[in-house]
Amino acid sequence: MTEEKKTQYGDPMTYPFWEAAAQHRLIIQHCKRCGSHQFYPRPFCVKCATGEVEWVETKGDGTIYSLTTVRVQISPAFNPPYNVALVQLDEGPRMLTDIEGINAKIGDRVKLTWRERTDAPPLPVWIPA
Amino acid sequence: MNNPEKNPVYIAGVAETPLGEVYDHTELSMVAVAAKEALAEAGLTMKDVDGILVNYMGEEGSVQVGEYLGIFNARWTDSTDLGGAAFEAHVHHAMMAIAQERCEVALIAYASRQRSLRGRTMASREQRVTIGSQFEAPYGLPFPIGYYALIAARHMHQYGTTSEQLAEIAVAARRWAQMNPKAWRREPLTVKDVLASRMVCDPLHTLDCCLVTDGGGALILTDKEHARNAVKKPIRVIGAGESQTHWHISQMPDLTVSAGAVSGREAFGMAGVTPKDVDFVEPYDSFTITVLQTLEDLGFCKKGEGGAFVSNGRLAPGGTLPAMTMGGGLSYNHPGALGLLLMVEAVRQLRGEAGERQVKNAKIGVAHGVGGVFSTAATVVMTND
Ligand SMILES: [Zn+2]
Repeated sequence: MTEEKKTQYGDPMTYPFWEAAAQHRLIIQHCKRCGSHQFYPRPFCVKCATGEVEWVETKGDGTIYSLTTVRVQISPAFNPPYNVALVQLDEGPRMLTDIEGINAKIGDRVKLTWRERTDAPPLPVWIPA
Repeated sequence: MNNPEKNPVYIAGVAETPLGEVYDHTELSMVAVAAKEALAEAGLTMKDVDGILVNYMGEEGSVQVGEYLGIFNARWTDSTDLGGAAFEAHVHHAMMAIAQERCEVALIAYASRQRSLRGRTMASREQRVTIGSQFEAPYGLPFPIGYYALIAARHMHQYGTTSEQLAEIAVAARRWAQMNPKAWRREPLTVKDVLASRMVCDPLHTLDCCLVTDGGGALILTDKEHARNAVKKPIRVIGAGESQTHWHISQMPDLTVSAGAVSGREAFGMAGVTPKDVDFVEPYDSFTITVLQTLEDLGFCKKGEGGAFVSNGRLAPGGTLPAMTMGGGLSYNHPGALGLLLMVEAVRQLRGEAGERQVKNAKIGVAHGVGGVFSTAATVVMTND
């Protein structure tokens, strides 16, 4: 991995994440000491404050922890109404995402999919399972 | 070591900057006007100020404001940015500094022209490549309302809180505003009106949200000796605390619990009082949900019972827990950061000078600031003994 590549996405800490995303693989960090998972990535586990972390792949299955329907337009890129949710992965960490379809609700099971982008690597998004 | 019990600390002067829509001032001149007025109440002058605490007044804000006001000999300076909670945190810091004799007269000041300059930015706050730009911005969650909407939705799901209960908070604020000539919105408001207002991010309607106005204010904190100069009754700070949780909403440990749980415990612990002893509270009402969750976190009711607690006009004039007594950010003024104006109102209530909206026999009051996306909190307990 060259230095140039590491900064390709402007954030050397998330570089592995976006490399994996390019192959439609979702990776999060796993603590070798306490076994907890975390996202976004840090140099160590913030749960036990000492553990060494490694990237692990997850299927991305999870549950909607909270959800809102956005009804105002914040930029031409977004067409309301649409749902934005915090998804809790089965491993524990929460990730923000939009949720396809307007009928989703808190507690619903969701699964991972990838949205291709022209100006950036594929974006992880969740859809009803 | 000196402490606030042995070395009591007083708020000896308070003032608002010009409010509403302000076209004939800069933020710095607004602060100057308020600082001068607050010092006049304290019976002091700019030359007495040796502590200066500001937030959101630009880079190295305490320096910019200090220079503008001609304060060149400060020995306590603080530009701590805890968002809207910064001002209650500044009271905490100034209190400790004065109690330990690190300064004698502290000025806390703030002003914003959010309304006349640009209005609220309903967009992502992230410009550079950050965790937010990578993992929040692509999903189009409006800042800050979308974030508070996620918090409200979770509270409703977990505890059965309803939109009607949230609307009660907006109605209570408006009823107080109707007794405050300086309030921005004073026309009558009902629960029905709130529920009929445009939905912005479910479950939050337009009228669940605070105003966008210009405004600000200043506070003077000082020791017992200097407080003797005060023209108006000095109000003693008896407890203060601050805390913080997340920067990104995905990292908030529990969407239904804010940093107020810690700041409140700290402030009430120092004051040696409990929420039962409190005569009125000035919670940060950026959104209706902010108030509901804050009251739970401070211990005015149990976690999850906030909805029932705020019902039947408990927070409104005539209710058992007067709250947002100047009309709050929902109806009086919300100049980007409300925290300083919460302190101003609490002091005026404790002095007994709140006019028509005066809380009878008010002896102990609480101001509670909140910043970010329910990220920071700071609590101040005051008394007029
Ligand atoms: Zn660990």
